[in-house]
Amino acid sequence: MAGTLALSLAACGGSSSAPAADSNADAAAEETQAEEAPAESAEAADETAGASGKVWKIVTDTAFKPFEYTDDNGDFVGIDMDILAAVAEDQGFTYELQILGWDASIAACQAGQADGMIAGASITEERKASGWIFSDGYYDANQSMAVEASSDITGFDGLSGKSVAVKTGTMSAAYAESLMEQYGFTITYFEDSPTMYQAVVGGQVAACFDDTPIMASNIKDTGIAMKIVEGTGNDPAAYGFAIFNADNQELVDMFNAGLANIKASGKYDEIIAKYLGE
Amino acid sequence: MIKIITVYGGMLLAAMGRTLLLALLGLFFACIIGMIFGIMGVAKNRVCNVISQIFVDVIRGVPMIVLAFFVYFGVPYLFNTIIGGFSINLTALQAGTICLALNCGAYMAEIIRAGIQSVDKGQMEAARSLGLTYGMAMRKVVLPQAIRTMIPTFINQFIITLKDTSILSVIGFPELVNTAKNVQANTFMSFQTWTIVGIMYLIVITILSRSAKVLERRLSVGR
Repeated sequence: MAGTLALSLAACGGSSSAPAADSNADAAAEETQAEEAPAESAEAADETAGASGKVWKIVTDTAFKPFEYTDDNGDFVGIDMDILAAVAEDQGFTYELQILGWDASIAACQAGQADGMIAGASITEERKASGWIFSDGYYDANQSMAVEASSDITGFDGLSGKSVAVKTGTMSAAYAESLMEQYGFTITYFEDSPTMYQAVVGGQVAACFDDTPIMASNIKDTGIAMKIVEGTGNDPAAYGFAIFNADNQELVDMFNAGLANIKASGKYDEIIAKYLGE
Repeated sequence: MIKIITVYGGMLLAAMGRTLLLALLGLFFACIIGMIFGIMGVAKNRVCNVISQIFVDVIRGVPMIVLAFFVYFGVPYLFNTIIGGFSINLTALQAGTICLALNCGAYMAEIIRAGIQSVDKGQMEAARSLGLTYGMAMRKVVLPQAIRTMIPTFINQFIITLKDTSILSVIGFPELVNTAKNVQANTFMSFQTWTIVGIMYLIVITILSRSAKVLERRLSVGR
């Protein structure tokens, strides 16, 4: 049953999103070649790809700005997308991207419909114990609470008897769940960040919990009437690329090696600066 | 599978309860809406016919997920921000009930209109010629016959509405699917979770359709 579900999801995700993802990867590849990559590394990439011949199926979330989102031109972009493209370029593997959403991405990897996922997934012990296999961390992020811009809530104390929004199965959901009894609030679960922010701005919930860089980027770029409450952040955890099947260890090894290379070459800093402006 | 049942069973059952509550509330208002627009659809007044037809066309022409986002996020935004001066804040349960009532109501209106029209015109004419008023003829002669033909389609619509509650998981109402997504996210056991959820729906809907069959048999006595 789950297999069929994941298959059908993968099928719809693939048909609609593959062209955009491909064009994005191509564009990134062209850019790199034109700017800095010497011709031989591109050739080497082709050879390696030809040798293994495998097209890795990588899945991701639909909207987790600035890690993955659709920009104003309709292209699917983000830090995760650029890192993935840069790592693939460096390591010479080819991949096909499917934009499934968070839950469906996990399900697809578990069901073997996809090989790996990159979706701003925090590396945690609980996840490792449940079968996630992570790469090295590629970005450190923590979770915070945000409220509507004119709200007078200044901390968790203001949440008593109120409802807060979180995204199903995320670190921020776990963070909110750990606080709900102490501060006496209830939790409403949404599927993605935009819907959750909409609920905060519309007053359907009093606050939301999400990853701090995601909220900061959204507030900065979209001018959404929301503010992050100071002092509500937890300890940062690293985001990692993940697989669920030990047979794909090769993919994680390539990711780690590629990540180290793009960090050394300055490409990584370039990507972060492009999205976060620092 | 055992872990899901022992650890999350209570949570899933409570979610099923909320699913049923939402479905019942939705169906209750859908019946009222369906009756009003269904009767308007067969009324002799042209304006009533047109209003009924427009309502049915609009609701049938919009997917329920769009309706859900519209009612929960769009309508409060319209009143609070665009128009201003109002303070409308719907809970997910209220918004969900409105969506189900409108959506199911439109289909019920069509079922009722078709049911009434399926009764031979001669029945109404005969009743009127015996001196019954239009309202009485409708209540005593036409409707009893129409309802019999409507029952199976009604039950079908009830079942569809019960299943449609799952769409409302997108606005954060903690019905069965919304809750199950959480269980799946916590346990990463997608096969087990969705198997159990599927079985839960199956049991409830089977009970519903079996009892509907019994009801249908009772009502068709004397036909």
